[in-house]
Amino acid sequence: MRIARIIPKIEDKKNGSVDLTLLDPLLEKFKGKKGNLIPLLQGTQDLYGYIPRQAFEKISGATGIELSEMYGVATFYAQFRLHPAGKHIIKVCHGTACHVQNAKSITESLKEALKIADGETTPDGLFTLESVACLGCCSLAPVMMIGDETYGKLTGNEAVKIVKNIRIRENN
Amino acid sequence: MNAMEKTKVIVGLGSCGIAAGAKKVYDKIEALQNAENLDIELKKTSCIGMCYREPLVEIVDENGSYLYGDIDEDSVIDIIEKHVNQHNPVKEYVVQTDLFETEDNEYTKDQVKIALRNCGYIDPESIDEYEAREGYRAIKKIVGQHMSRLDVIQSVLDSGLRGRGGGGFPTGLKWKFANNNKATEKYIICNADEGDPGAFMDRSLLEGDPHAVIEGMIIGAYAIEATGGIIYCRAEYPLAIKRLNIALKQSRERGFLGENILGMQGFDFDIYIKEGAGAFVCGEETALIASVEGHRGMPRKRPPFPAASGLWNKPTNINNVETFANIPWIILNGAEAYAKYGTEKSKGTKVFALAGKIRRSGLVEVPMGMSIRDVIFKLGGGIKDGKKFKAVQMGGPSGGCIPEYLADTIVDYDSVNATGAIMGSGGMVVMDETTCMVDVARFFLEFTQKESCGKCTFCRIGTKRMLEILQKITDGKGEEGDIEKLEVLAYKIKDNSLCGLGQTAPNPVLTTIKYFRDEYEAHIRDKKCPALVCTSLLTYEVDEEKCTGCTVCAKHCPVDAIAGERKKPHHIDQDVCIKCGMCYTKCKFDAIKLS
Repeated sequence: MRIARIIPKIEDKKNGSVDLTLLDPLLEKFKGKKGNLIPLLQGTQDLYGYIPRQAFEKISGATGIELSEMYGVATFYAQFRLHPAGKHIIKVCHGTACHVQNAKSITESLKEALKIADGETTPDGLFTLESVACLGCCSLAPVMMIGDETYGKLTGNEAVKIVKNIRIRENN
Repeated sequence: MNAMEKTKVIVGLGSCGIAAGAKKVYDKIEALQNAENLDIELKKTSCIGMCYREPLVEIVDENGSYLYGDIDEDSVIDIIEKHVNQHNPVKEYVVQTDLFETEDNEYTKDQVKIALRNCGYIDPESIDEYEAREGYRAIKKIVGQHMSRLDVIQSVLDSGLRGRGGGGFPTGLKWKFANNNKATEKYIICNADEGDPGAFMDRSLLEGDPHAVIEGMIIGAYAIEATGGIIYCRAEYPLAIKRLNIALKQSRERGFLGENILGMQGFDFDIYIKEGAGAFVCGEETALIASVEGHRGMPRKRPPFPAASGLWNKPTNINNVETFANIPWIILNGAEAYAKYGTEKSKGTKVFALAGKIRRSGLVEVPMGMSIRDVIFKLGGGIKDGKKFKAVQMGGPSGGCIPEYLADTIVDYDSVNATGAIMGSGGMVVMDETTCMVDVARFFLEFTQKESCGKCTFCRIGTKRMLEILQKITDGKGEEGDIEKLEVLAYKIKDNSLCGLGQTAPNPVLTTIKYFRDEYEAHIRDKKCPALVCTSLLTYEVDEEKCTGCTVCAKHCPVDAIAGERKKPHHIDQDVCIKCGMCYTKCKFDAIKLS
């Protein structure tokens, strides 16, 4: 069931440093519009990479939407994060075409290389590993997406190599 | 082609193409063009359909069109040099042309492109190119010839077009219902929440020909007197959203959207995009409406149907992307021209996304009535790596697996339904002898279980129990009676769920039990996975002939079950082995045997 999604327990370290004034233009844009909750949450996540608790509170104050309702919506949809994510989000596709072409081995290899479980973030904050439903690049299966870049026809070793290269670039 | 025209070089820049490196190829050609003062016209298009040959570059010269496939940054230099500069096409890279025979001509020969009529032919970001290929001609015809709303609906009815999202409900009838409900405010929604894993038709269409979908919606809006339009698109499709936004802006500038469209007094209509937030159930009409309204995407009881009370309790009509893309063609060419294709009850053509263990994976559009075997073997070129065809999965998580011996089933709503699968939105995932059908059933159930909104008890808890049983079977702990339990649960879930997600969730399990019962039994009774997929049921052994003693497997074994001296064959202690498969993945010499 959708609410049963495992949400990793990560301390919200940036809690004190959320700049809530960033939300003002967004709130202005959707002010008084019907059905604005999902675009508001999407916009908030674009700003912070996740939806901080204080942002929920501010949106609730500005729109009058109950916090409980917002939490209900935010936990229903796969897109929303309630905790900060890594700088690079690795989305390993587990659609049908990727599944029958061994997407499991891609996730397993990355879990081993990054030493994190599915859904977790590396301690250095560089990578978050996620399994996602179809990315729609079935003809290139198995596929993963990092940022806006899609990588196709992968093997476990190739996936690890790509991630390692990003880490090298980041560390330099 | 006019002799004065330049040679055209067109690069396919759909999502798949870009993932395969097409953007780099495009940039390379652009750099060459600038550096060498090449006298070419460099253009972009989107998905050409031959995803298995991406990146694709088409060169059109005075002789005709040559489609080059499997291009990279290096080979493109060679091709430009020989073809453009020396007028000498590089035949070994040509995958398709009308000028000589190529192996891949088979892929396109029997296709009929109606919904995909412009995909791969135009630059999706150019309204001029769309208009040059009869774009917006259908809405102009309606306004110019004073076609009444009922005339338009009658045309769609006569064409026999049925909902291409999978439901198969006659589109004309849906429009008629929406038209019958009189209200000052009405909505028309394009369902682009393509959530089926293994399907990418809607993405390719939106990326390749967004104006066709928009024009289809404008015509629909006219027919049902809609005042507002919404495209509900998956957020996972950023390129589609970007191109839709460009197209909407262009369409507004030319007066196809806005007030008094094409000068017709009172014909006011505009469209905006609503990005989905990732929930499969939102493909269901009432859940989609709840999501647009800003709520959790949970379906509600019907009636009232959306045609009577939908978005904001106003009459609402929802159609799929492909359905809308067909509409302008039908209006322009007439219902008869469309109904000429297809079978008695399923008219026209259908777009399929071929994927899985198939040689030529990609996007095809075929007339209804073609056999599944022809789609897979003639167009798709059969199975990859010389393996044996086992089954094809149609309809995603709501569909089922059609076994090889039923492959002569024709593509038509009723024939596919008779097998226990459904036509669905058009995903065809091909499976070979190395695919375990129990594992496939478990895979789909895991998906629907996760995506169940939780409203109906049978869907919420029943799918969970089914998943547990399937997990048990694939873990080698299956017991006699498990198959029967699955069947009982399956029918209970089908009968007691409110929406399509729950009602169809058991289909992948039911069809695999129906056609591959022996595989379930092998897992349960013999504790064997015939396809060698379920790792818990496998035995891992070292092939002493191939083992070089590199020690990589021993190093990676999490339970230290592998021992052996360096440079000598290793050995796996079966009592310690936990069958995780790590040695198999890590071995570079193919020396781990499965049985």
